[in-house]
Amino acid sequence: MDLLEYQGKQLFAKHGLEISAGRAVTTVDDAVAAANELGYPVVVKAQVLIGGRGKAGGVKLASNEAEALEHATNILGLDIKGHIVHELWIEKASDIADEYYASILLDRSAKAPLLMFSVEGGIDIEEVAEKTPEKLVKLHIDPLDGITREQAVQVATQGGADADVIESVADILVALYDVWIKEDATLTEINPLIITPDRKAKALDAKVTLDNNALYRHPEAENFHVQGAVDPIEEKAKALGLQYVALDGDIGILGNGAGLAMSTLDVVAQAGGAPANFLDAAGGSNAAVIKTAVEVILSNPRVKAVLFNIFGGITRCDEVANGLLAAFAELETDIPFVVRLDGTNDLLGRKILEEAAIPNVHPAATMNEAAEKVVALAKERS
Amino acid sequence: MAILIDRDTRLAVAGITGREGSFHTLNNRTYGTNVVGGVTPGKGGQDVEGIPVFDSWADCAAGVQPNVAMIFVPPRFAADAILEAAAAGVALVICITEGIPAHDELRVYNILKRDFPGTRLVGPNCPGILSPGKANVGIIPAAFFKEGNVGVVSRSGTLTYQIGNEIAQRGFGNSSIVGIGGDPVPGSSFVDILALFEADPETELIVLSGEIGGSAEEEAAEFIAQNVTKPVIGYIAGFTAPPGKQMGHAGAIVSGSAGTAAAKAEALEAKGVRVGRTPTQVAEIAVEILGG
Repeated sequence: MDLLEYQGKQLFAKHGLEISAGRAVTTVDDAVAAANELGYPVVVKAQVLIGGRGKAGGVKLASNEAEALEHATNILGLDIKGHIVHELWIEKASDIADEYYASILLDRSAKAPLLMFSVEGGIDIEEVAEKTPEKLVKLHIDPLDGITREQAVQVATQGGADADVIESVADILVALYDVWIKEDATLTEINPLIITPDRKAKALDAKVTLDNNALYRHPEAENFHVQGAVDPIEEKAKALGLQYVALDGDIGILGNGAGLAMSTLDVVAQAGGAPANFLDAAGGSNAAVIKTAVEVILSNPRVKAVLFNIFGGITRCDEVANGLLAAFAELETDIPFVVRLDGTNDLLGRKILEEAAIPNVHPAATMNEAAEKVVALAKERS
Repeated sequence: MAILIDRDTRLAVAGITGREGSFHTLNNRTYGTNVVGGVTPGKGGQDVEGIPVFDSWADCAAGVQPNVAMIFVPPRFAADAILEAAAAGVALVICITEGIPAHDELRVYNILKRDFPGTRLVGPNCPGILSPGKANVGIIPAAFFKEGNVGVVSRSGTLTYQIGNEIAQRGFGNSSIVGIGGDPVPGSSFVDILALFEADPETELIVLSGEIGGSAEEEAAEFIAQNVTKPVIGYIAGFTAPPGKQMGHAGAIVSGSAGTAAAKAEALEAKGVRVGRTPTQVAEIAVEILGG
């Protein structure tokens, strides 16, 4: 779960990180009121889950009420790489002497959190890593011991932080680890981590990703809703316990199991088709789940044909077939379905579909045959 | 021979009294796996179809000496169950549970490494292990597989069935099928399992089925080049996956330019591993190598 800047900053503040005063708002009126209350100059910042906000015109300095009004009006509703701005963060402007970078991410390969620090902040850190890797200091933290103050000081020093701010930077690094570990984050990043003229380190931005599997330990994270960030069909599917990801094509896909579903997308693409979605109906798909899945897939108006690719392990093919029949009984659709059933109770499942003889249900014997069939049917209808 | 589980396996199950836990435990026993016990706190002294239930792993270990633990408890209890089984001296822990917090997995991995180096963890979020004709621990539908010389290691369950079935349809069987799971911090990596298959005399060909996210496939490629003499066929799912979207598994996500299927296939091919572009192609390459 990715958080907006101001949501991340709430978690930062909770764990003692220095941030600037600010207000999150959703209307121009509230933006101006917040700016007046905070006192000028303020920064009007678009809250979207995508980088490059500044370049896209989503971050502007306002020195007075007229400018606050102008910027809030322009930025609300702005489209930044497909992300519409629904929220603004109005923040008291900071004086900046230096821009550093700090982050902690889950290093899957090392099975440990990785702390990174650089004095080359404010720009794309992947560029720093590529062009001047010596300017990016990395240190793995033992997740059982946590970070020590000595490690934080060592990283700040090694990274070339000015001598008079090393203690202040170390404070931030220790607090950033606190956020990472206590909030079940998989990423906490500050870019830029600024040094103010009075030589204090402060988080000017916040990028935080929380672990979805750990949200039960953080009920307050429910408030971190991001309007428009999730496709409405994805949201509906999630509420019903299905893993659905919207894609750009016109062929609806259902597979049982994430790996098989992903593989099905690939095989359809290789057959010349364009998948409209990823949908994992999960291991124990019963008839009710299948019926819901059909509704979810068909709620995308671009879908011209649908492929069901089932290899039953826990999943029983007869239940899938019955679920499909139940869905067809309720939803009147002429969209063709290609159905491939293999594995547990496959013969029974195929027989159920055969006897029902629904004109727009087309059986297929193999995954490849199913992919070719569904691509051909989608082309016929476009 | 096979790897990890065989006729000497003595299985005990955490969560044996749950609906899914009891169903799959009994399935495993029907297959021929020697199921010696189960653990559910508060239900010690009961039994599941004759399998004795204990309150703790310590009691279970003292009572029936299991050498393999299967974890079937809900995500919030799974980390402790794994560590408890390890503390009781169980050498192999197979965790089926899906949805365990990444930080719990991180903690478990590092505690096992530090305090219980004698315990190997496979999973979490995996379908388990099947050694056809010998033992089945987990949820792999054993009926589709027979004994043979192809070792399979995979991050995904149903995709493994698909590939295994295509190979079986062409007349070949499996030494062992190992699901390492789709989470960000698996207990065992491709590299760990490849080393076991390399040492297993029954295994003549290894199929490695990966997917987007992380760098486990790249690390496997490096390991294969240095340490594996047996032929390896690769498969990677997720060529069409868009960046930043989690494709079902918690670990299956392309972050920036890292973790793409194309990069993984290239890494494997650069080390001489043939990569099938579809499950069918994987089976065809297997036939070519083993002689159809």
